[in-house]
Amino acid sequence: MSTVMVLGAILARLCPMSAIMGPTGHLIAVGPTLARIIAPRDAIGARFLDLFEVLCPHGVDGMAGLVALEGRRIRLRLRAAGRHTLKGVVCGLPDDGALGPAGGVIVNLSFGITVVEAVRDFSLTGADFAATDQTTEMLYLLEAKSVAMEESRRLNLRLEGARFAAQEQALTDPLTGLRNRRAFDDALKRSCRGLDPFALLHLDLDYFKQVNDTYGHAAGDLVLRVAARRMQAALRLRDVIARIGGDEFAILLPGVDDVGSLDAVANRLAASLEEPVTDGARCYRISVSIGGTLRRFHTYANGPALLEAADQALYIAKEAGRGRHVVHDPGKPPPVPGTDQGVETRSR
Amino acid sequence: MNGLINRAIEWFVRDNYGEALWIGVVEALALREAAFEPLMPCEPEITERLIGALAAQIGRASDELLEDLGTYLVSHPRTEAVRRLLRFSGVDFTDFLYSLDDLSDRARLVISDLALPEIRLFLEREGLYRIEVARGVQNGLCFGPVLVGLIRAMADDYGALVMLDHRGVDARCELIEVRLLDAAFADGRAFHMGAGPVAR
Repeated sequence: MSTVMVLGAILARLCPMSAIMGPTGHLIAVGPTLARIIAPRDAIGARFLDLFEVLCPHGVDGMAGLVALEGRRIRLRLRAAGRHTLKGVVCGLPDDGALGPAGGVIVNLSFGITVVEAVRDFSLTGADFAATDQTTEMLYLLEAKSVAMEESRRLNLRLEGARFAAQEQALTDPLTGLRNRRAFDDALKRSCRGLDPFALLHLDLDYFKQVNDTYGHAAGDLVLRVAARRMQAALRLRDVIARIGGDEFAILLPGVDDVGSLDAVANRLAASLEEPVTDGARCYRISVSIGGTLRRFHTYANGPALLEAADQALYIAKEAGRGRHVVHDPGKPPPVPGTDQGVETRSR
Repeated sequence: MNGLINRAIEWFVRDNYGEALWIGVVEALALREAAFEPLMPCEPEITERLIGALAAQIGRASDELLEDLGTYLVSHPRTEAVRRLLRFSGVDFTDFLYSLDDLSDRARLVISDLALPEIRLFLEREGLYRIEVARGVQNGLCFGPVLVGLIRAMADDYGALVMLDHRGVDARCELIEVRLLDAAFADGRAFHMGAGPVAR
């Protein structure tokens, strides 16, 4: 076997994407993986620069140009399959002809960043790469990381879903599905920070305790759920309705700025809540006492002060007899039950 | 340890023994969902209790169950990602055997807290290998049986004919013997390196 053939056999094992070409640039020996890429063209005897175009540096079109690149990193393109760019390095054979024809060169190639596509397009396997080549490890890592990334994406989605559910749960009254005290306080605080007018109502169901004590919790729960549904039906979507105690509700009415409108809302609520509730067997009757206040009654709106005002109005309404509603203006003298001073008492 | 291991056990049990059995065991142990969350850390004790309870419920020895788990991980379509990642380790079965020394490093490279025990392969004589699996990483849990099932399935995957034997445990390690009878016994399953990860 000639020396250059022995060299070719060694290179085939160590660098399966290497080739040896003679002084004319025609291939004498070709590594097995490089041969696979060049196939179906016969590599042996073909002119290297007919198979590959040197992209960088530009203008290499002959053997002299190729030899001059000794040791430098070059970028090439397989002419037959344009999308694969390769990296390469050229090394001249010794001038004394000891390893092969003088003036010939060895070229060793590897896939650059397009390795994934190349492996797919040429159906390469681990055996097509040198034992020391990191390509297989790189592909392993790439695939493993995308599996892990996909798992991470799923985990994030699950956590986001759980977070949303927990948040909803933390802000919802489980029995009625209305907002709870915490959610109401948040909404009230937000409204106080803003500049828009709003009104506040505090509701207390009359006769609820009797229903609960006489007919049991199931009847009481039914009344509460029906009351909640009716309130939702009587109000707008953007109104915040919360159950803040056993039979106590608070309502935030954005945009409501005058006593007349607030009266109208209170009347509507009272009318719908006084409709009897039935479970098919029995009929339960309740009514509602309502205290309210407007933001513009308060120079500096803050949640606790507004709630306190609505609470006072509710107290007055209860004192005045059930089924009433009272709107409280703290700017007027303190209300005295039984008079109309500072309060607007309406009974239905 | 990582929830991924428990999730793998979950898939294995659901696919082989059914939903009802799985739910029964998880409820009996009062395990929270977080224990089966891949990428989340998890106490090794949970996996230990889980395997113990499953073995009792199914009526088989823990080691048998773990060996089946190893086979399942490589051969079931649901865990095709595992097979693919393992196939990157070697161009043929012998190459794969020699890569087992890297297995824990490879696992750690992907999921840093997926602590697999150190594995060492020794060539006893032509066609006979001894594998030592270090103990102590997972306390009461043995990785050896899982590895036996996994190697058996990988041999199948490469088309090699092997005999495997779990030779027992001493204080330091578990011992596995691999007898390679025919490296090219069958065609094996195809593996396209550049095919990319399987969608689950």
